[in-house]
Amino acid sequence: MEYEVVIGLEVHAQLTTETKIFCGCSTNYNTPPNTNVCPICLGHPGVLPSLNQRVVDFAIMAAIALKATINRVSYFARKNYFYPDLPKGYQITQYEVPFAVDGAIEIETETGTKQIRIREIHIEEDAGKLFHPESGAGLYTFVDMNRCGVPLLEIVSYPDIRSPKEASNYLKRLRQTLRYLGICAGNMEEGNFRCDANISIKPLGSEKFGTKRELKNLNSFRFLENALSWEIEYQKNVLGSGGKILQETLTWDEKEGRAIPIRSKETSSDYRYFPEPDLPPLHIEEERIEKLKWLIPELPWERETRLIRQYGIREYDAELICSERGIADYFEKCASMFNDYRTLANWITTEIFRELDRRNLKIESFPVKPEDLVELIKRLKAGELNLSTARKAFTIMIDENKTAAQVISEYDLVQISDTRELESIVDAVLSECAKELERYKAGKTSLFDFFLGQVMRKTKGKASPHLARELLKKRLEEI
Amino acid sequence: MKLPGRAIEIISAFKEGEISAREITEWTLERIKGWEPKINAYITITAAEALRQAELLDQKRKNNKPLGRLSALPVAIKDNIITKGIKTTCASRILSNYIPPYNATAVERLLQEDAIIVGKTNMDEFAMGSSTEHSAFGATRNPLDILRVAGGSSGGSAATVASLAVPVALGSDTGGSVRQPASFCGVVGFKPTYGRISRFGLVAFASSLDQIGVISKNVTDSALVYAVIAGYDPHDSTSINSPIESPFFPLDNIDLTRSRFAVPEEFLGEGINEEVRGIILNALSRLPGKIEKISLPVLSYAVPVYYIIAPAEMSSNLARYDGVRYGVRENSEDLIEMYELTRSRNFGDEVKRRIMIGTFVLSSGYYEAYFKKAAQARRIISNALLETLKKYDFILSPTTPTTAFRLGEKLADPLEMYLSDICTTVANFAGLPAISIPCGRDKNGLPVGLQIMGRPMDDRRLLSVANEIEKILSEG
Repeated sequence: MEYEVVIGLEVHAQLTTETKIFCGCSTNYNTPPNTNVCPICLGHPGVLPSLNQRVVDFAIMAAIALKATINRVSYFARKNYFYPDLPKGYQITQYEVPFAVDGAIEIETETGTKQIRIREIHIEEDAGKLFHPESGAGLYTFVDMNRCGVPLLEIVSYPDIRSPKEASNYLKRLRQTLRYLGICAGNMEEGNFRCDANISIKPLGSEKFGTKRELKNLNSFRFLENALSWEIEYQKNVLGSGGKILQETLTWDEKEGRAIPIRSKETSSDYRYFPEPDLPPLHIEEERIEKLKWLIPELPWERETRLIRQYGIREYDAELICSERGIADYFEKCASMFNDYRTLANWITTEIFRELDRRNLKIESFPVKPEDLVELIKRLKAGELNLSTARKAFTIMIDENKTAAQVISEYDLVQISDTRELESIVDAVLSECAKELERYKAGKTSLFDFFLGQVMRKTKGKASPHLARELLKKRLEEI
Repeated sequence: MKLPGRAIEIISAFKEGEISAREITEWTLERIKGWEPKINAYITITAAEALRQAELLDQKRKNNKPLGRLSALPVAIKDNIITKGIKTTCASRILSNYIPPYNATAVERLLQEDAIIVGKTNMDEFAMGSSTEHSAFGATRNPLDILRVAGGSSGGSAATVASLAVPVALGSDTGGSVRQPASFCGVVGFKPTYGRISRFGLVAFASSLDQIGVISKNVTDSALVYAVIAGYDPHDSTSINSPIESPFFPLDNIDLTRSRFAVPEEFLGEGINEEVRGIILNALSRLPGKIEKISLPVLSYAVPVYYIIAPAEMSSNLARYDGVRYGVRENSEDLIEMYELTRSRNFGDEVKRRIMIGTFVLSSGYYEAYFKKAAQARRIISNALLETLKKYDFILSPTTPTTAFRLGEKLADPLEMYLSDICTTVANFAGLPAISIPCGRDKNGLPVGLQIMGRPMDDRRLLSVANEIEKILSEG
């Protein structure tokens, strides 16, 4: 039977405010355990929360960017459960009336663009972290409360997603948007952008949704796709063999390549939500929204469209360049100095991407500044460098933090495009390779590339490839 | 030596140099010590800290440094109000070793004005109870008759004020916990408008109802201390952000003949002791002003509504006592078992009873039927009171349906105990300011309290009116 896949994602995005959501502690939780804590975030007797207004500003910005409707009044609620990383025994979150509703994100699919609707966005607090030492401490589990009270936005999609690929595209777009807004670091491995997935399958064309299962611990885009693909196969097999899907929560084990059930419907907790009496209703004035609209930068999809229109670069390149705000800024800085936009785009999406990845760098701290890159490309275009020497110069520029001019002169990389000089090198190669020349004459014309390679080697790659080829061809014809 | 009776007199005697802070403190501690074996009003007596503070104040005065508004005034604090470095137990075994790292805002403000904290008073565990019998540290007894309860939950604060050991004590009032013990002990108990005194550092019982209050021998002393501790606090998002009228003290002269009082018949009918009713009616007859009997049938739902909302909130508020970070922990190799042992062994029966009620009324499938309904009923009752207070300036009633009962008398029947709150909870529903002042004694010589409820934010006028009524009722 053909099945249709139905997926909804719940994302928890940590907000990059300086201080926590309900107290004045720093949100930096990568400090020694239990150092950024106070009686409030430790849940001491008698403490009360007071809402950090920056969190509200960030939530407004997210809601605007995600085209969601901000509730003029929303309410906080308590979600009650016991766990050692939850100091108060409840999480302050939003429940009946969330901060914002009915947003959307557009994603690209094989069949064109598609809207994934966002059901709600709510503001809540993060919990602490547990450490289970594998040796030494024996029975103990350690609790680090530094993360308690770090602000989160929970962004819940409608079940509009139909494949693992769509899921990861949605997640990428969402992450990119929050990063453009500068309100979330968006690092999945570090846990400041987390994702759970609800997934079910149903016979193609059926109106009725299947039993959904929740997948947790999806710490990267790859994990997400792997876990969903595995789960789809699992559910198909169960249904295909006449079985019944059990409503369960599972955790993805990437090493084992399978999802492991952690709790069933029967054992799931009753969170006993009720309105948080310590916080008044959250009123959002129209004025405040209007003010924050000015702080919304050009969003990734808007920028992609503009870059394509303004610079005539290819859609694919525009997408890559706009993946991060810093890279798009870098591109436009370059473009303001040099007008071969396609070459620029090409350099950024290949050379720069490769080096950022290889060196694990951020564009903001990349040693080659836009003016340096432009200078390098200009020299390439002017014939002073060929592609291989330009690449070589580029890596040296990064390694030694030097300008193109410095590297070219220090490493003597200027291209040899003097006809006479190259002619003598071609002659030298042909006389050194007499044996090969004989075979060439005997009809093995594929040796042409060998001779060309020898020329390049002799010039340490500096020969103008175009000229070298021409001269070599001429000489061989003459012979 | 005898200490002046009124707070204002003690403060001025100290400021004038007639008496030292040390003398005041020593006298107070002596008196507390004398009464403790009989009434058990304190969980912790902070003699050393108090004497040190007194020493500092005497120095300050000697050096002509500016002195605070409550200079050298001995104050007792209910043990659910957080005091930095001083054990704060909430009369619970689970917090029997808890020494807080911070001060409640109210305490901070008392200290800023140079009050002297002499001890932490006994109470029902986590403020749940009406007799101060539910304390892990033994019951408090009524100084007027030590076979009887002091009321609760702020029983220790009321008893120590009634024993004339301290002029003023702080309590907390969630459904009557300041007014009811004040009534039982024959003193004044004032619960301000919700949000007037910061709850930051008041250990939460039912957050939407809790309010710190003042217990004192007379209305002016309550007003004096209230004026110091009230006011906006950014640490409490439910505190009201509007300034306290200044100067708050002394109180206004009120012409009672121009005040309109309502007396709901529901608070004088079934469930109210005959003798109490007679004493109240007699007191009312002595007041000038327009007094009208009204009927508000919704008031009869107050107790059941209260016993849904308060346990619901408390079941969540008390979740933090899990043995993980502070307080008592019962060790186990299993996490769930550690929780279970810690909480079942170290909470008292009344607390556990309410945790179960609260957990039940919030659980899925029952939330709509209980918690949500109760929240609606609370709104209806509040609106009825607010409507009444549009037509009338104040609502009068007995504070409690009976005078102080005997120790153990109602312990076996929680429902009977809960009815002690029949007249008081409604003020907390609507956040109204309310005060209990003594208005007579029954044939056993036990005091009866008159409750006056006012409009929200009308604390000053309520205190002023109470002050006038107190004058009239004390004249023979």
